[in-house]
Amino acid sequence: MPVTIFFLTFLAVIAGWWLLQQRLHAKPWLEEGVIGEFDGTGAMDMPAAKIGLGLFLAVVGTLFALLISAYFMRMGYADWQNIRVPQILWLNTGALAASSIALQTAQSAVYRRHIDGVRSRLIVAGAFGVLFLAGQFWAWHELTDSGFLLASNPSNSFFYLITGLHGLHVIGGMAALGWVTDRAWRSQTAEPLRLPVEMCTLYWHFLLFVWIVLFSLLTGWADEFGAICRQLLT
Amino acid sequence: MKTAIILVIVAVGSVLFHLLSPWWWTPIASNWAYIDHTISLTFWITGAVFVAVVLFMAYCIFRFHHTPDRQAAYEPENKKLEAWLTVATAIGVAAMLAPGLFVWGQFVTVPKGATELEIVGQQWQWSYRLPGKDGKLATTYTSLISPENPLGINPSDPAGRDDLVVEGGEVHLPLGKPVKMLLRSVDVLHDFYVPEFRAKMDIIPDMVTYFWITPTRTGTFDVLCAELCGVGHHIMRGKVVIDNETDYRAWLEQQKTFAELTTPIRKAEGETAPLPAAQ
Amino acid sequence: MVDATHGGMGTIPAAEVPDVELYHPHSWIEKYVFSQDAKYIAIQYSITALAIGLVALVLSWLIRLQLGFPGVFTFIDADHYYQFITMHGMIMVIYLLTALFLGGFGNYLIPLMIGARDMVFPFVNMLSYWVYLLAVLVLAASFFMPGGPTGAGWTLYPPQAILSGTPGQQWGIILMLISLIIFIIGFTMGGLNYVVTVLQARARGMTLMRMPLTVWGIFTATILALLAFPALLVANIMMLFDKLLGTSFFMPAIVELGQQMSYRGGSPILFQHLFWFFGHPEVYIVALPAFGIVSDLIATHARRNIFGYRMMVWAIVAIAALSFVVWAHHMYVSGMNPNFGFFFATTTLIIAIPTAIKVYNWILTLWRGNIHLNVPMLFALGFIVTFVNGGLSGLFLGNVVVDVPLSDTMFVVAHFHMVMGVAPIMVIFGAIYHWYPKITGRMMDEGLGKFHFWVTFLGAYLIYFPMHYLGLLGVPRRYHDLGTTDFIPPNVATLNEFITVMALIVGFAQMVFLYNLFTSVWKGKLAGGNPWRATTLEWQTPQTPPAHGNFGKDLPVVYRWAYDYSVPGAKEDFIPQNQPPSAATA
Repeated sequence: MPVTIFFLTFLAVIAGWWLLQQRLHAKPWLEEGVIGEFDGTGAMDMPAAKIGLGLFLAVVGTLFALLISAYFMRMGYADWQNIRVPQILWLNTGALAASSIALQTAQSAVYRRHIDGVRSRLIVAGAFGVLFLAGQFWAWHELTDSGFLLASNPSNSFFYLITGLHGLHVIGGMAALGWVTDRAWRSQTAEPLRLPVEMCTLYWHFLLFVWIVLFSLLTGWADEFGAICRQLLT
Repeated sequence: MKTAIILVIVAVGSVLFHLLSPWWWTPIASNWAYIDHTISLTFWITGAVFVAVVLFMAYCIFRFHHTPDRQAAYEPENKKLEAWLTVATAIGVAAMLAPGLFVWGQFVTVPKGATELEIVGQQWQWSYRLPGKDGKLATTYTSLISPENPLGINPSDPAGRDDLVVEGGEVHLPLGKPVKMLLRSVDVLHDFYVPEFRAKMDIIPDMVTYFWITPTRTGTFDVLCAELCGVGHHIMRGKVVIDNETDYRAWLEQQKTFAELTTPIRKAEGETAPLPAAQ
Repeated sequence: MVDATHGGMGTIPAAEVPDVELYHPHSWIEKYVFSQDAKYIAIQYSITALAIGLVALVLSWLIRLQLGFPGVFTFIDADHYYQFITMHGMIMVIYLLTALFLGGFGNYLIPLMIGARDMVFPFVNMLSYWVYLLAVLVLAASFFMPGGPTGAGWTLYPPQAILSGTPGQQWGIILMLISLIIFIIGFTMGGLNYVVTVLQARARGMTLMRMPLTVWGIFTATILALLAFPALLVANIMMLFDKLLGTSFFMPAIVELGQQMSYRGGSPILFQHLFWFFGHPEVYIVALPAFGIVSDLIATHARRNIFGYRMMVWAIVAIAALSFVVWAHHMYVSGMNPNFGFFFATTTLIIAIPTAIKVYNWILTLWRGNIHLNVPMLFALGFIVTFVNGGLSGLFLGNVVVDVPLSDTMFVVAHFHMVMGVAPIMVIFGAIYHWYPKITGRMMDEGLGKFHFWVTFLGAYLIYFPMHYLGLLGVPRRYHDLGTTDFIPPNVATLNEFITVMALIVGFAQMVFLYNLFTSVWKGKLAGGNPWRATTLEWQTPQTPPAHGNFGKDLPVVYRWAYDYSVPGAKEDFIPQNQPPSAATA
C-alpha cells in the first residue's frame, strides 16, 4: 500500500495547499458583511468541467496506484516471475506519445485560432490513439499465441488486468476525442473548441504518464522500488 | 423534563447493567490476564466519559429547555475550554493505548522454548499435529493433501516420520508450558478460537500464522471457528483439554505418528514419492 | 447593492448563469422521470434507498428470529441465514446509508445550502441515479437466481466467497460483485458533481467558512468516497477474474472438500487490505455527513450557534485525512504482519481525539441554549447518545490487544451497529423530519414522530447495549446456531429472545414512520417557508417546495456565517445568511 499512500499524500498536499488559501483560521462570526471586504470569499473561477476532470484524474490515479500496490504486494511471493513483455509495447508507447504530442499542437492551434490546424491535428491524434489500441490488442494476441494465458501465472494476470483497464480509459478518451473532432468539423471558428481540446490534451497527457509508469512496472524496471515498498510493510 | 429523566435512566441503567448483569467474560485459562486488565481499564475510562456526556446532556435539557422568555447565550467558541478538553481526551486515550501496545508487544513475542502445536483448519473440522520426539515439525505442501495424507505432510522430510497427527478429535496441552500455535488452513479462512484463552488468530490457506499462550488451569474447553468459513461455520467445533504433566504424557502415548498412519501407502509408493516443485 | 466584480470575484459562478441557460424539462417524462433537477434526483435516490432498505429491515427480522428462537423457524436454514446477514450488511452500508446520505441529502441540500441553482453537471447527475438504480436491481436480482444471493458475509473475503462451501457461489457472488462495480461507477458520476458544485457554484459571499457544517460533512465525505471506492473496485474486478477466468489474485493453493483446485499462490490478505482500504473510510463516508447534519439540527433547534465552528471544520478535515491510515485495525487478527498492530492502533486511537472534540462541541452547543425538544432535536440527542456509546466501544476494538478476544464476537456486531447503524440512522430520521417541510411544504405529524423516536431510540439501545456483553462472554458472530458449548450459559438464550422481540418492535415503529412520511404529503400541516426559523439558505427560497432553479430571479448574496442564532441586539433569534448587515438590527 505505500504507493497508494504516496499518491494520496500527494493529493492531500494539493488539497491542503488549496485549503490554506481559504482562510480556514478565519472567525466567520466576526466577518459579517458584503463580500470583498475579506479575502478568499469567492468560488473557484476555473470552468466546472475542468475541475471535474482534474478530480476525475485524481480518482483514476488512485485506481492505478492501488493496482500498482497490489502488483508490488503480489510480487513479494516466492512464485513470482516477471513477464517477458512483447516488443510491440515499445511501438505502442511511441504511438501514445505521438498522440499526446499531436493533441498538444492541436491545443496551440486553438490558441492561434487556426481551425484547419485544429482539425488536422485532432485527426492525427485520433489515428495514433487507434494505433495504440490496436498495438495493445496485438500484444495480447502475441502473448496468448505463445501460451501466456490470463490464468497461466500471476504476472500474466496482472498484465492483462492493468493493460485492459488502461485501454478502457483510452477507449473512453477516444470517444470524447471523436466528439470533439466532430465538433471541430462543424464549427467555423476555433474558439468554442478551446475548453474541449484543452481537456482532451490534459487527459491524454495523464494517460501517457500512467502508461509510462505501468510500462516500467511491467518490464520490471520498477522492481527495486517495489522491493523498497515491501520493506516498508515488514 | 421527561426527556432529561429518560437520559439519566439510560446512563444509570447502563452502569447498573454493567455491574449487575450475569453476562461477563468466561474465567480465564491462559496467561493473558493482562488483556482482561486492559479491558477493565478501558471500561472504567470509557464508562466515565459516557456517563459524564449523557448526564451533562440531561442537565442541559432540564436547565435550558425552551421557554418563551429564554434567550440562548451567544458564544461562538471558547478556545481555552476546547484546548483543555482536547488535552484531557489525549491523556485518556494515551492511558488506554500505552498498556494496550505494551501487552501487544508481549503478544507477538513468542518466548524461547515454547513447544509447537500445529492447528489445521478445513471445512469444517479441526486437526492437529505435534512434533514427535525430535521436536521438529516436517514441511507441508497443500498439493500433497489427499485422503491418506490429510495434512499434506512431506513424506520425504525425515522430521515428519514421528510427527503426531490428531485428526478431527480433541487436542491436549500441558499445563504451565508456553505453546506456540502454528495455524494452517487447507481451504478457506478460519480462526482458532477458545474463549478462555483470550488469544486468537485468523488462519489463512497456504500460509502459517501463529499466536502463543501458556495454559494456566486444567479443564476441557470448547474450540470454535471465529472467521466465517462457509455454510458449516457454526458447526466447526472441537475440544482442547489442558492436562497436568502425567495426564498429558498418557494422552501423548496414545497418538499415532505420521509414519504409523501412512505405512501401507509408503510401501506401495516406495521412496519415489514425488516432491512438489515449490510451494 | 453589491458589486459582483469587487474583491477578486471577476468570474460569475457557473450556477449564477442567467435563467435561460438552466436546463429545462420539455415533457412530463423529463420532468418527473428522467429529471435533471438535483431535487428530483435526490427524491429518486432517497425513495430507492429506502425501498431497498426495507428489504434489509425484513432480512434483519429474519436474522433475529433465527438467533432469538433457533430451530423454530425451520425455513431459515444455515444457507439462508448466511445469505440474509450478507445481504443485510451490504444493503445497509452501501445501498442505503451511502446512497441516502450522498445521493439523497447531498443532491437535495448542496445546491440549496450553498445558494446554487442546481448541480454543475445535471445530466451526469441524472445518469448517476439511473446507474445506481441499475446496481440496486442487479443486487436484488441475485435473490432470484439459482443458488440465491451470496452468503459470504458483507466483507466477501476470499477464498471462501467464491468456493462451493458458501451459499450463492454460482450467481449470487457474481451479481454482487457486478452490482458493486456498477454502484461505484454511478457514485463516481454523482460524487464528482457534489464536489465540483461546492468548489465552483457557491453563491456570492459563501466562503468555505460560511458554509453550514452539513455541506462540509457531505463535501468531505464525497471526497473520501471518490478516493476510497477505487479500492473496492479494484478488489471486485480482481475477484471477478478469480471467479470467472481462473486467475489467482486472491486464491492460494486450496484443497476444497477433498479436491485439489487449480489456484496457485494468490493472497487472501491482499483482498483484505484492499477491502478495508475502502472499508474504513466508508465508515466516515457515512459518519461525516451525519456529523454535519446533526450539527445543524442541534444549532437550529437549540437556537444557538454551533459551538467551536472552526474546530468542527478542522476536525472534519482531520478525521477525513486520518481515515486513510487506519484501515488495518480491521485486520489485527487477520494474520498480517503483527508489527502493523502498533502503528494502526496508534493512528486509530488518535482519530478518537478529533471525534471527541466534535462530541464536546455538540453538547456545549446545548449548554446555555434555548432547546426546543421537537422531533429533529430528539433524534439529534439520540444520535449523540448512541454515537458516544458506539464510539467508546470502538476504543476497545481499536486498541490492538483488547481487540484480540473481542474480534469476531457479538461485541463487534453491537459496536458497529451502534456507531454506524443506529447513530447515522438517527440522523437520517432527524434530517427527514427537519427538511420534510421544505421538500413537501408540509410538516410531518409531531405525535407520531415522537412515538417513532422513543421506540426507535430506546428499542435500539436495548438491542445493542446488552449485545456487547454477549460478545464479552465470547458469543461469536455469524453463527447460524450457537449449539451447545460449556461457556455459554442458558440465560444467553433469554437475552437473545429479548433482543429479537425488541428488534421486531423497533421494526414496527418504522412502519409508523413510513405511514407518517407518506400521509403527511397531503395531510400534514402547512409549513410555510421557514418553519424552524433557520438561518441557512435553503429556508430562504421564494417558493416552498423550491421551484426549478431554487432561488427565483436572483441568486442570494451571503453576508454572514450559517449560525447567527440569538445574536445579542438582533430583532429575532436568528439572522438568515442572506440578510444584509443593516437589516438585521434595524
